[in-house]
Amino acid sequence: MARMKFVCDAERCIECNGCVTACKNENEVPWGVNRRRVVTLNDGVPGEKSISVACMHCSDAPCMAVCPVQCFYRTEEGVVLHDKDVCIGCGYCSYACPFGAPQFPTQGTFGARGKMDKCTFCAGGPEANGSEAEFEKYGRNRLAEGKLPACAEMCSTKALLAGDGDVVADIFRTRVVARGKGAEVWGWGTAYGSQQAGNPPAGGVKQ
Amino acid sequence: MSRRTIGCALGIATAVVLLAACSEKPQTNAQGVKFDAVPWSGTGAEANTGTVFTAPGWKVGDKTAWQQQIKTRMNGQNEYTKEN
Repeated sequence: MARMKFVCDAERCIECNGCVTACKNENEVPWGVNRRRVVTLNDGVPGEKSISVACMHCSDAPCMAVCPVQCFYRTEEGVVLHDKDVCIGCGYCSYACPFGAPQFPTQGTFGARGKMDKCTFCAGGPEANGSEAEFEKYGRNRLAEGKLPACAEMCSTKALLAGDGDVVADIFRTRVVARGKGAEVWGWGTAYGSQQAGNPPAGGVKQ
Repeated sequence: MSRRTIGCALGIATAVVLLAACSEKPQTNAQGVKFDAVPWSGTGAEANTGTVFTAPGWKVGDKTAWQQQIKTRMNGQNEYTKEN
């Protein structure tokens, strides 16, 4: 098995926030923390696009690189997890992450930062799989139940895909090709720096 | 022993005591980050057992069965038959 990844199909995402709700419910995420958020660009303008964003479980995770107490670890499936017993809540990971994934509950009297909380790809944490301690600290361990993350499995339009990078990339590629699109697909230029991005193919018409 | 020597020795001793807490902590995994159990070991109280929440169709504890189960669910997201 390769690495577990999320892919969000911006053409299908309808900004319903079902993924956000599913995540909050499944993992009983503390008040004020959103492990997943839906981001809309050009909101209200015709052609607006929405994508669902959470921890992307980077292969070379910057949070892992900057953590001064090395509380992060990566599972065999490529899921980036952390140990809350080691985390000191310094917030370095929050500054390093380009997706704003690390969140800090602010329930203290003076809004003091607590231990970092982030998407676990519904893989729990270092506590025993399915234990009460694991659920309280990290949420549900759906992977060990033979399931995929709740956000992706609940997505009504199947915009949010989760799973092995090879498989989800293949699903997304098939959709893009079926739409008659190529490098002009939204987000392609940002990701790959294509000069053709955002423009129809030369001499062609958008289908 | 002169008064100066005694003062100097006392000063050094005080500095050693006060600066003892300033030593560098190891930046390795000496603090003991725990590592996760494999997902195919299930979520039951005993090893390699499931619970009522475990998805049916795979044998808990069997890595190949778990991989096949996850693959089936991954491919369930494809909707290849839909237009796009």
